[in-house]
Amino acid sequence: MADVILSAKNLVKRFPTGKANSFVNAVNGVDLEIKRGQVLGMVGESGSGKSTIGRTILRLTDPTSGQIHFDGKDITDLPSNKIRPLRKDMQMVFQDPWSALNPRMKIGDLIAEPLKIHYKMSRSECADRAEALAKRVSLSTDFLTRTPNALSGGQLQRVCIARAIATNPKLIILDEPTSSLDLSVRAGILELLQEIRDETQAGFLFISHDLGTIKLISDQIAVLYLGHIVEQLPKDKLFDAPSHPYSQALLSAHLPSDPNEKLNKLTLTGEIPSPIDLPSGCAFHTRCPVAVDDCQTSVPMSEKISNGHFASCSQIAHGNNIIQRANKI
Amino acid sequence: MSLLCVSDLKTHFIFRNINNQLREAKALNNISLSLDSGRILGIVGETGAGKSLTAQSICGLLRPPAKIVGGTVQFDGQDLLTLSPDELNEIRGADIAMVVQNPRSSLDPLTRIGDQLVRIHQNHSGGPISVSQRKALEMMVAVGIPDPEQRQKAWPHELSGGMAQRVLIAMALMNEPKLLIADEPTTGLDVTVQAQILDLLKVLVIQFNMASMIITHDLGIVAHYCDDVAVMFAGEIIEQGSVCDVFLNAAHPYTQSLLASTPERLNLGSKPQIGGQPPDLFNLPTGCLSQDRCAFMTDICKTTPPFKTIADGHSARCHHAKPNKTKTQKKGSRSDG
Repeated sequence: MADVILSAKNLVKRFPTGKANSFVNAVNGVDLEIKRGQVLGMVGESGSGKSTIGRTILRLTDPTSGQIHFDGKDITDLPSNKIRPLRKDMQMVFQDPWSALNPRMKIGDLIAEPLKIHYKMSRSECADRAEALAKRVSLSTDFLTRTPNALSGGQLQRVCIARAIATNPKLIILDEPTSSLDLSVRAGILELLQEIRDETQAGFLFISHDLGTIKLISDQIAVLYLGHIVEQLPKDKLFDAPSHPYSQALLSAHLPSDPNEKLNKLTLTGEIPSPIDLPSGCAFHTRCPVAVDDCQTSVPMSEKISNGHFASCSQIAHGNNIIQRANKI
Repeated sequence: MSLLCVSDLKTHFIFRNINNQLREAKALNNISLSLDSGRILGIVGETGAGKSLTAQSICGLLRPPAKIVGGTVQFDGQDLLTLSPDELNEIRGADIAMVVQNPRSSLDPLTRIGDQLVRIHQNHSGGPISVSQRKALEMMVAVGIPDPEQRQKAWPHELSGGMAQRVLIAMALMNEPKLLIADEPTTGLDVTVQAQILDLLKVLVIQFNMASMIITHDLGIVAHYCDDVAVMFAGEIIEQGSVCDVFLNAAHPYTQSLLASTPERLNLGSKPQIGGQPPDLFNLPTGCLSQDRCAFMTDICKTTPPFKTIADGHSARCHHAKPNKTKTQKKGSRSDG
C-alpha cells in the first residue's frame, strides 16, 4: 500500500534497569499504521510509553524487537549511516521548545539548519528559504536575526515547526507540542499544524495527554496504557462510544469547559503500576472497575468492533457501557 | 463580612537594572476579591497573569524585589499586611494553608512523612506528641492514603506524585485551616489521578467548611469544581462572578476568547481568537489592558474601564460590557464530586 507512510508491527522496547533480569517494559507489542495526510493521535498517562514509541519509530532509540517500515522500506535494523539520509523525511517536534533550540544560534540559522545538513544549500539559499518558512509559520521575519531568548513559547514552537517542515518530510512526530503553551497560543499552533497537514499531506503522529487537543487534530486515536494500545478508534468514537474501560475512565476524567455538561463519573482508584513489574494478564486489571478473575491470567486480544475500531478487553462482549455497569457494582 | 477580603491589592517588582535605573514591573494592579467559608473560588488566567502572585501576596510569601505597594488583605477580621512576620507565621500553616504545584519538591526529603505531619501540628498547637500523631493518622485517612500506619514511616521519595499530593493536602489540613489555597494542585499529575485529587479537595472543603481558592489555567477544572471564578489578565481581575454566569455569559471579550480557545469549542479553520502578546508589565498601556488584543476596541478603551455589573455578583472590567437581563441557567445537571 503506497499511502501507508509508517507501519510498526509488534514493537517492543525494554530499558535495562541496571539490575540483572530487570527491565522497564516501556513498549509491549504495539502495532500501528500512519497513512499519508493522516493524523494519528496517541493519548495516555505519563509512563504509558507514548514518547518512547515516538522515539523508537524514528530510530532515535533502537527497538528491542518488532518491525518498523517507513515509506515501504524496512528500517528496523538499518545502520545509522543509512538512517541519516532518511531523517529529512521524518521529523520531530518536541514538547519543550526552550530546550529544543540552541540558545546561541540565531532563529534564521536554526530554521535553515536542516537544509544545510540535508541539501548542502548555500548561505543565501538558506536565508531565502528560512525567510519563506518563517512566513509560512506566521513568524515575523524580524526574529530571524534574534536568538531564542527573545521569543515567547508559542513563537519558539513555531520555529520548531518551521525546522521540522523545512525538508518537506513525509512523517512528522509531534511529542506534546502544545502542552507547555497557553490556551490562546495553543489554538494558533493547532491551526498551523492542521494547515501544514493539508498542504504537505505528511503523516502526523500527535502525542498528547489532553483529550480535547487530540480530538481536535487527529483522524484516528490510539489509547495507550502501560505500553499497550488498549483501543484504537476514529476520533468521533472516542467521545461517543469508547469500548475499553480505560478509555472510558480517561474520557470521564476529561473536564469540558461547559459547567452544565454532565460528567460521567468513573474515577479510577490508584495509579498506573510500575512498568518494571507489569501486572499479569490484562495490564489494566489492577485498576479496572469491571475486572473478573480471568483478567488476571489471560492477556486480552485486540478485537475488531467496527471499521477502524479495535479494543483489547475481554469484558467488552458482556455489555458496552462499562460506566453503567461499574456504578451498579 | 467575608472570611477573606482583598481590596485594591497592588504588588510591583521594584529593582535597579544593570544601568542602575529604577525599574518597576506592575505585576498586580487593584486586585479585589472576597471569599466565604464553604465556597471554592477558581482563579484562571494565562502564564504571567499574576495568579500565583496573588496567592503569595495574600500569604505574605513575597520576596524582594516583589513588594506590596497598596491595598489591604482582611482575613478573619485582621489586616494581614500590617502583621509582623511572627504574627503572620502563626496564621500561616494554621488558619491559612497552601497546597502547591510540585508536591515532591515541597516535602522535606530527609524526614518521614508522618513526622512532617506531626511537626506542622506541633509548631502551631503544641500539646503532647501523641495527640499530634493521632491527628496525623486521622488526616492521612481523610485524604485517602491507604494503609496509613505503614505509610507514615515512608520517605517522600517512596511516594508517587498523586500520593505526595495527598500528603501535602493532609499537611495543609493538620491545623484545620479556615482558608485553603491550592496553587495548580493537579498540574503534573495524570488526568485519572487529577480527578481523584479534585474530588477529594471538594469533599474536604464541604466537610471542614473551609474557604478555598484554586489557582489553575485549566478552565475545565474551574467549570466543574469551583463555585466562583475570577479571570485574570496582566495583573488585573477582568471578570468575576459565579462559574455559571461567567462561563455561559462571559461579558469581557478576553474571557470570551479564552473560552473559545478551549479545544472543545475551538473551530480549526476560523482565525485564532486571541492574537498578540500580553502587555509589557514595565510599560502598561493607559486604559484597558487588553486593548491590543481586543476585537471590539474603540476610542473609549483608552480610558480605564470601570467594573460593570452584569448580573447579581457578576461583573466585568470592560467599557462595552452590558448588563445581562436574562437569568443564567442554574447548574441543574451538575455532578458533584
